[in-house]
Amino acid sequence: METIFLIDKTVIAFIAFAITLLIATYSTYAERKIAAFMQDRVGPDRAGPFGILQPLADAGKFFFKEEIIPDTSNKFLFIIGPGIAMLTALMTSVVIPWGGSLNLAGRDIPLQVADLNIGVLYVFAVVSLGVYGIMIGGWASNNKYSLLGAIRASSQMISYELSMGLALIALIMITGTLSMKEIVEQQHGMNWNIFYQPFGFLLFIICAFAECNRTPFDLPECEAELVGGYHTEYSSMKLGFYMFAEYINMFISSAFMASLYFGGYNFPFMDSLGLSQNAITIIGVFVFFLKIFFFIFVFMWVRWTLPRFRYDQLMRLGWQWMIPLSLLNVFITGLVLLWYDK
Amino acid sequence: MLGFPRSELQIMEVQGSEYLPLLIQLVFAFGFVAMVLIITHLIGPKRKSAKKLESFECGIESQGNARLPFSIKYFLTAILFVLFDVEVIFFYPWATNFREFGLQGFIAMFIFVALFLLGFLYLFRKKAFTWD
Repeated sequence: METIFLIDKTVIAFIAFAITLLIATYSTYAERKIAAFMQDRVGPDRAGPFGILQPLADAGKFFFKEEIIPDTSNKFLFIIGPGIAMLTALMTSVVIPWGGSLNLAGRDIPLQVADLNIGVLYVFAVVSLGVYGIMIGGWASNNKYSLLGAIRASSQMISYELSMGLALIALIMITGTLSMKEIVEQQHGMNWNIFYQPFGFLLFIICAFAECNRTPFDLPECEAELVGGYHTEYSSMKLGFYMFAEYINMFISSAFMASLYFGGYNFPFMDSLGLSQNAITIIGVFVFFLKIFFFIFVFMWVRWTLPRFRYDQLMRLGWQWMIPLSLLNVFITGLVLLWYDK
Repeated sequence: MLGFPRSELQIMEVQGSEYLPLLIQLVFAFGFVAMVLIITHLIGPKRKSAKKLESFECGIESQGNARLPFSIKYFLTAILFVLFDVEVIFFYPWATNFREFGLQGFIAMFIFVALFLLGFLYLFRKKAFTWD
């Protein structure tokens, strides 16, 4: 029993790991194609049909480039910085329920690596550790631009983490559980949390953009002021890790939004189709990925629509607007729940 | 063992097994990161020169190093984060059990949030959130 359980989990973890890497790689392609579409250009089209092999070429290039470690840097910290960024990005996907459960040879196999009863808190813990990757890398570079980029990035990320936590509290009050799987199961069919927490979702998506350092919150690497931000000194695969970690974070936060607010693998009329459990699960996985791709598209859409904030605007939004508004959201949710439960 | 009754030990074992897959994922992730870092270190070209290994500064010669003091505002933000984040963590167990606590829990939390906001207001008046 125990061994079979571990084998199942290993296989699921491996598949989820491979899919995460694949989607992160192809997000770079999607981003360039969408950017091209929005600016009326063609985008990458040389490597393979429609440039579909471009991400592979990029990855190969990252592997074969010379790695430069500046003389004045702290070598050990310089090397582990991108490693931490990548490791934390890869660890968050553990609690995401990718689908319902498959029934194979009489056993129910839930398509989730680990169903932790503190799933949401686990994600917060790991995401907080992500700040270390950026701060250590930026500081160890011993470059003024990197230092500025790193302290900007860390103070931005910790500021928005507060309101992200508060925005989720209103959701937790409704669901009454921190387990990702239970939260998704409660949204069976079309009973999605977005209908109960539209304002909370708005707060959450703003914080998600800030946490991923995406436009309009990409101050840590605003190229006009800081050259490349915290990864100015990085080259070769270490630079690749920072960029990769950013795309993985984008993918994971899209998966998070899809499963917390948009029903995860649930889709309307899933009970009235009369399909077997396995068929429903497989359709559910596809539906879940469609939702994720939609949010990844939103991330890219916003990037080519909104200009970057100034730093004082960013901080004012984070502390003076997001935190009071998310507290207000918690308060109103509490009042409505009390009224409704009575 | 540890003075727990047997049944409680069994519960702990069952709860612990949820976290095993986490270790599996950690092995995958750590293995991937370490392997890729080592491989790229081995296969990349190595042609170093003094200029190349200097830290970048707009193409001019580097002036000193980056171990400089930076704005106190960033430090203040970090301190405020620690304070407020601890308070936010207190919300989680309360939010999970919100429906069981009912009105009484709501009022208790309201008082807590009022104190939270009082500190927030103080910082606001002291212009801790104003960057210029």
